[in-house]
Amino acid sequence: MAHTSNTMEVDKHYILGVYSDEDDLKHGIDDIREKGISIYEVFNPYPVHGLEKNLGYGHSWLPKAAFMFGALGTTCAISMQTGMMGALWPMIIGGKPFISIPDFVPVSFEMTVLFSAFGMVGSFLVSQDLKPYKVPRIFDRRSTDDKHIVAIDLAKNALSEAEIKTVLKEAGADEVNRKDFTEEENNPSFFKYLGDLFKYGVRSTSRPK
Amino acid sequence: MAAHKDYHFDREALNEQFVFSAKAKKTIFIIIGIGVLFSLIGLFFMATDSGHHDEAHAAIEMTGNKLASLENPDAVQAQGQHAAEAGHHAYHWTNRVKVNLWINIIYFIGLSVVGLFWVAIQYISMAGWSVGFKRVPEAFASFLPLGLILFLATFAWGYHEIFHWTDTSLYDEGTAAYDAIIAGKSSFLNIPFFIGGSIVIIGGWYLFHFFIRKQSIAEDKATDKTQVRKRYRTMVKLSAAFVVFFGVTSSVASWWWTLSIDTHWFSTMFGWYHFASWWVAGIAAITLTVVMLREAGYLKFINENHLHDLGKFVFAFSVFWTYIWFSQFLLIYYANIPEETAYFVERLSSPIYRKYILVILLVNFIIPFFGLMTRNAKRKMTILKVICITVIIGHWFDFYQMITPGTLRENGSFGFLEIGMPFIFIGVFAYLVGLSLAKAPLVAKNHPLLEEAYTHET
Repeated sequence: MAHTSNTMEVDKHYILGVYSDEDDLKHGIDDIREKGISIYEVFNPYPVHGLEKNLGYGHSWLPKAAFMFGALGTTCAISMQTGMMGALWPMIIGGKPFISIPDFVPVSFEMTVLFSAFGMVGSFLVSQDLKPYKVPRIFDRRSTDDKHIVAIDLAKNALSEAEIKTVLKEAGADEVNRKDFTEEENNPSFFKYLGDLFKYGVRSTSRPK
Repeated sequence: MAAHKDYHFDREALNEQFVFSAKAKKTIFIIIGIGVLFSLIGLFFMATDSGHHDEAHAAIEMTGNKLASLENPDAVQAQGQHAAEAGHHAYHWTNRVKVNLWINIIYFIGLSVVGLFWVAIQYISMAGWSVGFKRVPEAFASFLPLGLILFLATFAWGYHEIFHWTDTSLYDEGTAAYDAIIAGKSSFLNIPFFIGGSIVIIGGWYLFHFFIRKQSIAEDKATDKTQVRKRYRTMVKLSAAFVVFFGVTSSVASWWWTLSIDTHWFSTMFGWYHFASWWVAGIAAITLTVVMLREAGYLKFINENHLHDLGKFVFAFSVFWTYIWFSQFLLIYYANIPEETAYFVERLSSPIYRKYILVILLVNFIIPFFGLMTRNAKRKMTILKVICITVIIGHWFDFYQMITPGTLRENGSFGFLEIGMPFIFIGVFAYLVGLSLAKAPLVAKNHPLLEEAYTHET
């Protein structure tokens, strides 16, 4: 971003391990986790099958959210239709009773799907903090090409930078780098976002370096 | 550098041979025995107790006549007479035997051809995950020859009672029994075309099974890669041809074998509906067989990942079936045209048949939908087993609901015979599948995608 003020403090420090082979990466992750180092994130040029198991991720709660939103959708649809047809504005359609369940099925189905889909997308965006004015941290541009990047947050680990670098090298990383970010720059407050929007215009925000 | 874990895929180590043990045969004979016992009890009651339902059906006859009068005023007289006759004189307890045979034959022919269809779509889509248990659906189609024999025998014995359109008096123009609607369909609904077409359909399915199976066995014995590749490509081509053939014939078969029972009525969705019912029941049967083989100690590398995908199939196609089933109903319910609603009035207003609608909805939709919704449920053999059994039973009821009201009308009921006969068919079907499984190695060890099945993860 072009408008970094000099007062911003560089407060995020990461050690990056660069891998070029996915099998090396998977075994490397196992080795790193064995040493008790917590991994912040892994960036891949393509989805690596089974990587979540190496990283020890549990199952997502999103399906549960989808079910709850779906159930909410069904409830809304049925109460809406019953309320409209039964009480607020009864209409004779095809000589059927005002409240006839078969007629309500398509609408209930559609609203279940709609609530479930939107609810799930919304939950995902909120839980992953994906807001429009968040500036993505680019750890290494090669992760969109042919390299796998393992990022380790220095603040989250008790080991020193040198020790982590040694562990990464032992775990088969081709290169070991350090990358620093400024939290305020990447994750600005909403008011700062609005302010920047007025000051510099739409195209000036949300651009990574 | 971290050392790679030693990974060597050994095809030979996966080789397994199914042994059709005396214990399994005994279980199957017990199932057939139970079926025979129940059927005999049912036959005994029916033979000694015919005409018992006379008092109960006045109301239904009235509904039937009222509908007939809306539909075709000229035929009312004839229909009324016919119905009255069917109720009091023409109905014989053997009608129920014929209809029951027909339900089971159609249902089990469906299950067996779905096995072949499954194999075919796996080949066309180049699916690797299902290779490990591909012999199971392959074995299903071995029921087809017996199915064809039973089909022809039952048709020869009971065509007059099962299919209203075989009544020659309907086609005599000028007489009271003449039915213009049915006469208009006579170019499709006539006995020679029906028999010839059915032989072509079932025979065609069997031929495809025969050739695919032959290639599959030959692939197992192949010694070099070019041979394997040749076999595999031939199977892909055969599968593609079969899917086209099946796409047409499954619809035509449904019109002939099931839809034509309610001769006046038609539905453009019926082919799909009929297929969907076969398909989900067939997938449930495949899953059940895989789980049972797994429990018997076979198919060692089939794990919860494969079961998860099979569970997804049962879940998804239960929803698909419900969608088709309900769509067919909703349009007719909404449009409310007498000639279309007759079919559902027969099923939803009759005290004999209306109770099954809720059973069908519960067993074929609500139980698999909520039962298989979570990831864990699809990965547990016990849950899969219970739900697959319910789905198989539920779709039997679906076929019962398609076939019985149009044939037995107010004389239909559910008793010992209806319970016993499916048991006999299940036993025979399982026996043939077992024989077929024992003939070839259980794992297609030369299949090019076997490694993908081995390492499959969901």
